[in-house]
Amino acid sequence: MGQYLPILVFAVLAAALPIGTIVIARAVQTRRPNAAKLEPYECGVEATTSAFDTRFSVRYFLIAVLFVVFDVETIFLFPWAVMFHRLGLFGLAEMLVFLAILVVGYFYCWKRKALDWA
Amino acid sequence: MTFAFHASDWLLLAPELFLTAMGLLLLGLSVALGKTKEDFLAFLATVSVGITGALVAFVATRPERATPILGGAFVVDNFALFFKALVLLSLALTVLASARYVGAAPYPGGEYYALLLFSGVGMLFMASGNNLISIYVALELMALSSYVLAGYFKAEPKSTEAALKYFILGAFSSGVLLYGLSLVYGAGGVMGLPELAKLLASASRSNLLMLGILLILAGLLFKIAAVPFHVWTPDVYEGSPTPVTAFFSVGPKVAAYAILARIFYVAFAKFHADWGFVVALVSAATMVLGNVAALLQSNVKRMLAYSSIANAGYALLGVLGFRTEWGLWGILIYLLAYTFMNFGAFTLIILLESKGYAGESVSDFNGLAKRSMPAAVVMLLFLLSLAGIPPTAGFIGKYYLFTAAMKAGYAWLAILAVVMSAVSLFYYFRIAAAMFFTEGSPAKLKSSYALSAVIAVCAVGTLVIGVVPQPFLEVLKSCVLGR
Amino acid sequence: MSDGVLLTGGAGVLFAVLAAVALASAIAVVVARSPVHSALFLLLSFVLVAAIFILQQAEFVGAVQMLVYAGGIMVLFLFVVMLVNPGVTRSEKSFQHQWDVAVVLLPIFLLPFLYILGTEKLPDVPVKAEAFRMVGTRVVGNTEAVSWVLFRDYLVPFEVASVFLLVAMIGAVVLGKRSLEKMD
Repeated sequence: MGQYLPILVFAVLAAALPIGTIVIARAVQTRRPNAAKLEPYECGVEATTSAFDTRFSVRYFLIAVLFVVFDVETIFLFPWAVMFHRLGLFGLAEMLVFLAILVVGYFYCWKRKALDWA
Repeated sequence: MTFAFHASDWLLLAPELFLTAMGLLLLGLSVALGKTKEDFLAFLATVSVGITGALVAFVATRPERATPILGGAFVVDNFALFFKALVLLSLALTVLASARYVGAAPYPGGEYYALLLFSGVGMLFMASGNNLISIYVALELMALSSYVLAGYFKAEPKSTEAALKYFILGAFSSGVLLYGLSLVYGAGGVMGLPELAKLLASASRSNLLMLGILLILAGLLFKIAAVPFHVWTPDVYEGSPTPVTAFFSVGPKVAAYAILARIFYVAFAKFHADWGFVVALVSAATMVLGNVAALLQSNVKRMLAYSSIANAGYALLGVLGFRTEWGLWGILIYLLAYTFMNFGAFTLIILLESKGYAGESVSDFNGLAKRSMPAAVVMLLFLLSLAGIPPTAGFIGKYYLFTAAMKAGYAWLAILAVVMSAVSLFYYFRIAAAMFFTEGSPAKLKSSYALSAVIAVCAVGTLVIGVVPQPFLEVLKSCVLGR
Repeated sequence: MSDGVLLTGGAGVLFAVLAAVALASAIAVVVARSPVHSALFLLLSFVLVAAIFILQQAEFVGAVQMLVYAGGIMVLFLFVVMLVNPGVTRSEKSFQHQWDVAVVLLPIFLLPFLYILGTEKLPDVPVKAEAFRMVGTRVVGNTEAVSWVLFRDYLVPFEVASVFLLVAMIGAVVLGKRSLEKMD
């Protein structure tokens, strides 16, 4: 388990940074609110709706699903890569077939304009 | 397991590999050719299934198929070959029955046929699956393709609803199945079914194992639509495009029976007394609920959905009969008959579809005899067969299933099955009465060559198996699994 | 629990803590009022389960859990939450009207499971901790061992998985793309 110590250290640091920033900011800030200050800051543009009233376009969903598919594909590459030398040519051929099938899918998505935004 | 496979293993997998390649080709052609060349794609899909069937016949002649292949992941025995043939039959019928239906719809056809073929690949692998992992992966491939097909007519709210219900419940049942598989693996530590059988032969009955078996049973009962895992069936059958419904009612069910039989007949045979009790209760509930609910339906697709639930109950009698060879034999005969008669009945619905999407009421069959006598007579044949009246295939199938239940000591269930078959006559008769004794629209019936061919094949199959069952029984006897 | 080798001492304590927090955040997923909070609790539970996998020396499964679930599936969930307008769903109790059913069903399903898992003497599958870290007779990492089995014994199921992913892609495009009608 010892080799996970650095990860633990990083996790603690990563958690400490935002928490620390918020706590310190709270501690040292001065509070003099007025109406203009309390408005959400959107690059100088006045906010028209609340953050919870926006709905994402359904197009994002297609992108997200395709992302998950390729994400899962990567997972298979990972164990193959660590054993690449011992799996040899046979393993390479296997992985090429696996990828070829997915390339057909990629080609399909492309031609069906699933990757276009319009 | 050891890394032990030979070049000939790939030869034995030729049908699956070929069908996958053709699915990929269809997908590519679909984007390259566009909507206008759809008849060609349907033709290509039919030819692909046909060649795959020829490859299955070729594999049947190879002597090296006696041993499991690819380190025991798959096995190509007679049992697997029978199911592969049956799956390909239902696939071919589906492609043919879809050609006009999908061609007229505003959706691309190439993906549709590609999905059908991929689902077929999953089912072919299921028929051969000899290992918990290969069975599960194949099942999921079949299921995922089915979910997409159910929602293929996506502008129709009912189709989308069907896909969503099917997907959520299907995914949940897959989770249950997978949990069961993992518990059994946890109890035994092996994945292969023969190894599992060997291990369980010396193992004592443990609660953990029982829980695993129960969960696997529940997951598979969902796939064959047995009570209480049937609730998705009417909605999915009603909402899906009708050729897809016809496909669901035969292909995936047949494949699910293949793995149900292989897992429970081979690996869990020892604990028959334990799961047999559950299956008996499920079978009784399925027969009663399916038949009674079918009485109340006015939509033909829903009626046939409940009828197919009831049929799942009959087929479970064969599962109960696993102690003798009769059980498995009965299932094989029944599934063969069921494929012909059920697909035939659904094809008639496709032929009659008139009121737009998912509006098929019993009254659509009004006066069919006046519009087209052959169509009415053929539909009557399918209905008689579904009800189990001789001399049709349905009678032969039921006879063997009921006998199997008797031999296994479940006489009360066999009697209940006979009573329920009598009940089923009422709703099948409603369609028959509409066809022959009611006035309907005088419009001429427009068929196509493909649809006529499908109906003809189904009618001939239903009739021939019913009249001269002996050669079929002989062949199927040789397809019963060894233990 | 199959004892000893992996879950004694400090590892055992760590497991108990991780499992408890994972369970608590799983419950929080169901009871949280805002779907966005539910999604974030789900993420926490995914990460903790990944930690439990790593604790049991199943590093590969832990990595899968992080990459696919905490990474991919979470993106999907968040998009769904954003698609259905969280402002509306938050004010409605649409996800919580089945409490009564759940309270009745939960013990019926949970208690037999707990009874069986509690009383059953599980077989000692990991006879030694290295059982799932072997390639042949050599002890390697868990990922290597998974790789060795996956790409040799299960190569056909592996290729079937790629067809499965392809079908998922087709499904996403066919069902998710708005205008797929009569394309030429």
